[in-house]
Amino acid sequence: MAMSDSGELSQQMYVNDVQKEKVLMVGAGGIGCELLKTLVLTGFKHIHLIDMDTIEVSNLNRQFLFRKSHVGQSKAKVAREAVLKFRPGVEIVAHHANVKNQEFDIDFFKQFSVVLNGLDNLDARRHVNRMCLAAGVPLVESGTTGYLGQVTVHIKGRTECYECQPKPAPKSYPVCTITSTPSKLIHCIVWAKELALAKLFGDKGQVSDLDVRSTSNEDNAVSNDPDEAEFFEVRSGESNRSYAERVFNRIFGQNIVTALQNEDTWKARRRPDPLFLDKVLTEEDAATQNNASSNDGTVSAMASLNLKNPQEIWSVKDNARVFLESIRLFLEKRSKDVGKIVFDKDDQLAVEFVTAAANLRAHSFGIPMQSVFEAKGMAGNIIHAIATTNAIIAGLIVLEALKLLSNRTEECRMTYCVEHPSGKMLLMPVEMAEPNPRCYVCSETPLVLELNTATATMREVIEKVVKRKLGVTDPVIMQGATLLHEAGEDIEEDMVAYYRALLDKKFVDYPTPITTGVVLTVEDYHQDFRCSLHVKHRDTFDEEKEPEGMVLTGDLASLNTTETAAAPTPALDAPSKAENGHAEEEEEDENVVMVEPAPKAATAGTKRKLENEETHPTEKRLRASEAVPVEV
Amino acid sequence: MDPPTELLTEQEAAVYDRQIRVWGVDAQRKLSKARVLVVGMSGVIAETCKNIVLAGVGSLTLVDDSKLTLEASAANFLIQFDELEGQGITLAEACAASLRDYNPMVQVKAEAGSIQNKPDSFFGNFDAIILGRSSISLRKHVNELCRKQGHRIGFYSVDCRGTCGSLFVDLKSHSYVSKRAKDDKDARHELTYPSLEEALSVPWKSFPKRTSKLLFALRCLEDFEHAEGRQPGHVSSQDLPALLAFWKSACEAQKVAENLVSEPLFQRLLGSGSSELPPVCAILGGIVGQELIKAMSGKGEPLRNYFFFDAADGKGIIEMVAPK
Repeated sequence: MAMSDSGELSQQMYVNDVQKEKVLMVGAGGIGCELLKTLVLTGFKHIHLIDMDTIEVSNLNRQFLFRKSHVGQSKAKVAREAVLKFRPGVEIVAHHANVKNQEFDIDFFKQFSVVLNGLDNLDARRHVNRMCLAAGVPLVESGTTGYLGQVTVHIKGRTECYECQPKPAPKSYPVCTITSTPSKLIHCIVWAKELALAKLFGDKGQVSDLDVRSTSNEDNAVSNDPDEAEFFEVRSGESNRSYAERVFNRIFGQNIVTALQNEDTWKARRRPDPLFLDKVLTEEDAATQNNASSNDGTVSAMASLNLKNPQEIWSVKDNARVFLESIRLFLEKRSKDVGKIVFDKDDQLAVEFVTAAANLRAHSFGIPMQSVFEAKGMAGNIIHAIATTNAIIAGLIVLEALKLLSNRTEECRMTYCVEHPSGKMLLMPVEMAEPNPRCYVCSETPLVLELNTATATMREVIEKVVKRKLGVTDPVIMQGATLLHEAGEDIEEDMVAYYRALLDKKFVDYPTPITTGVVLTVEDYHQDFRCSLHVKHRDTFDEEKEPEGMVLTGDLASLNTTETAAAPTPALDAPSKAENGHAEEEEEDENVVMVEPAPKAATAGTKRKLENEETHPTEKRLRASEAVPVEV
Repeated sequence: MDPPTELLTEQEAAVYDRQIRVWGVDAQRKLSKARVLVVGMSGVIAETCKNIVLAGVGSLTLVDDSKLTLEASAANFLIQFDELEGQGITLAEACAASLRDYNPMVQVKAEAGSIQNKPDSFFGNFDAIILGRSSISLRKHVNELCRKQGHRIGFYSVDCRGTCGSLFVDLKSHSYVSKRAKDDKDARHELTYPSLEEALSVPWKSFPKRTSKLLFALRCLEDFEHAEGRQPGHVSSQDLPALLAFWKSACEAQKVAENLVSEPLFQRLLGSGSSELPPVCAILGGIVGQELIKAMSGKGEPLRNYFFFDAADGKGIIEMVAPK
């Protein structure tokens, strides 16, 4: 490719050359729309575009290739049509599909000169990273939140891969904080959507042991109480209104009264105030209601109660009215959905129910309440997103792509877009980091998996570690040359039966017991990913810090000693916020960001004992959200 | 807490949901009252218009009577390809049609005629004016008119020269709220801006050492174009010897060393001629859009008073240029 005399980027050098290049864009959302536009204006003529999403109204403030009339249609396809109107000669292949599909295999990736990501979740980012490493195609990665954004370049063997640095774990909260001792509104919101909403209108089979209760005393947990299950059914001859009132008095009143009996819980805490309906609403309040209805036919308690301002914080009385009214509306207008409701930020009635229930609980516990607008953002983990940052980031992505395609990789930079200038810089390029030699993805560094081999099963390891932490989709797990597990379609029936038999067997009971010293190999053929897990037995885990009952580190030394030098390997649970300040970690209200504590393997040079901490039986956690907050 | 205020419509609340989470309802309401004028439908102006129309300004008026040509559409995605065949439609009209489609809640209109011929009173109809590529004399003229109006008019001039871009902002005096670092509470701040004339009058010798090279290079280029009687951007690599001579005398007059700007930067600027690099337009248009939103909504600290971007080093730099 032509170079200007000075070796600097100049106008003419790319225009003819990029026409030949074939590029892959993953994501046709906020960044994707901007990126597609900028790519074709720059002269790119062969573009593949993958996005599994369809268009929503809340996209229209920034995803400028979409109109209201497109709501519900494929983002990839509509984006293609829109761009062809101003550049008809360009070849754009739109895939309305998940990038993790088998059709997008390594050979598919190999046809591109560069892959450009405009994604909104960690899972897909990790997958694309592995596909690019396997196919040997450079990747330009990006993310934005509000005014913040960043662009990074990943070249196999030259720079760090997307997974060389630790990524934030999904937010989660200890169950007892949610069920018994909330101290922040987010705890009440998680309670309202995961417990209250699920208990009343969700799949009864899925709620399991996470029941509506207000005590930390395990003996009092009502989950196994048959009366409890029955209590939340509408009784024969009972009006919907009476049912709603009965539920109100139970979950905000009686349950709190019961919880207060456990004096130990409240020694160092503010005691919650039980709420009973006769104290909250007068008979007059209870009688006035339900005249208005929403314009567009959405079922809404706010509409029927004539509450118009989504920014307003409702009084306790209004929260109670919304709570009762939303239950009535679910039973009367949404009866088809009852029994399968799962919280969705676009389900107005569910948002209203969750806001009212969370606020009422918050009021009990002396926590400030919030508006339905704010509560919706918290419950739906909604990302702050604006067009301008996406446009800037898309421009920066194209500039990096141009450097990659003209073999000026030494000029590639990682660029931050900041809100408050650092020095005088609003757009701040920094040198790309070298590959992390201890990265389990691009350097295939072995990992250590600590678990209780007397109780752990393959099923747990697959769910909690292999899928959630390693980001593997279709795992093949081996012990030496022996297959222990395989996922996929073309597996012999006898093998399926054999794997199924192993799935719930305790590790110590395996034909060759899996215990300290055993090395398990995890592979994903599609991602061309493999890594080794060195198993290490441990009896107990800290329920607060190690809620999953197993800990994954990159610290091989810990196999032999209890006190270990910390490895600079990415700590898989580490909250990386402070470390690299990526925009994707800058999310919403700082207060609500609670990440799982790290096993502190991230900082080189620090030492720490892993086994002398106070331990508790493991306890399940409620996951606030799977999504890593990053704009598409 | 904000005092009770008029509500957004259901449609506004639904479409603007994600950005209200960034700047708040109050800022959105102020933004929806802003009347914006843009002059010269270049690629960077097309980007800017897209951004502020999506964000939901009140109205946007476009001025550009030039014809639709393939060249005009090079970095301007607001022009639909089939319109290039059409007759008698101006650039402003073609762009206005696309912008209306982006957000029906914004009033977008094309104003016929040239900006030079508008009466002074015309400028009083706006709260912000954004000039695309234009001569230094037109910029000074419009900037002065903005400053003379009874209400504050935000003034922006922006240009993309190939791989480089620059933005000048004059908000005269501006008051805004932003979160204080120490307690995360909203605090009010006041800023004053120099006029373009004042900013241009600052002697080069008084600039700090690390000032962006683009500031000097672009001024020299614009003065060169003016002295040669050229339209802005009507230059080529062949002008290098003449431009370097012009630069030499400028440095002598300003009493600064000639190596303040390196020759390759001049080469690059001349080589781009009148073309714009689309990713640079996107970056610059994003910055202008964001700055206009901050200024019109009174939310967030606006930049003062120059911004420069160079694709060669990837830096986006703010420079404050004001007389002592």
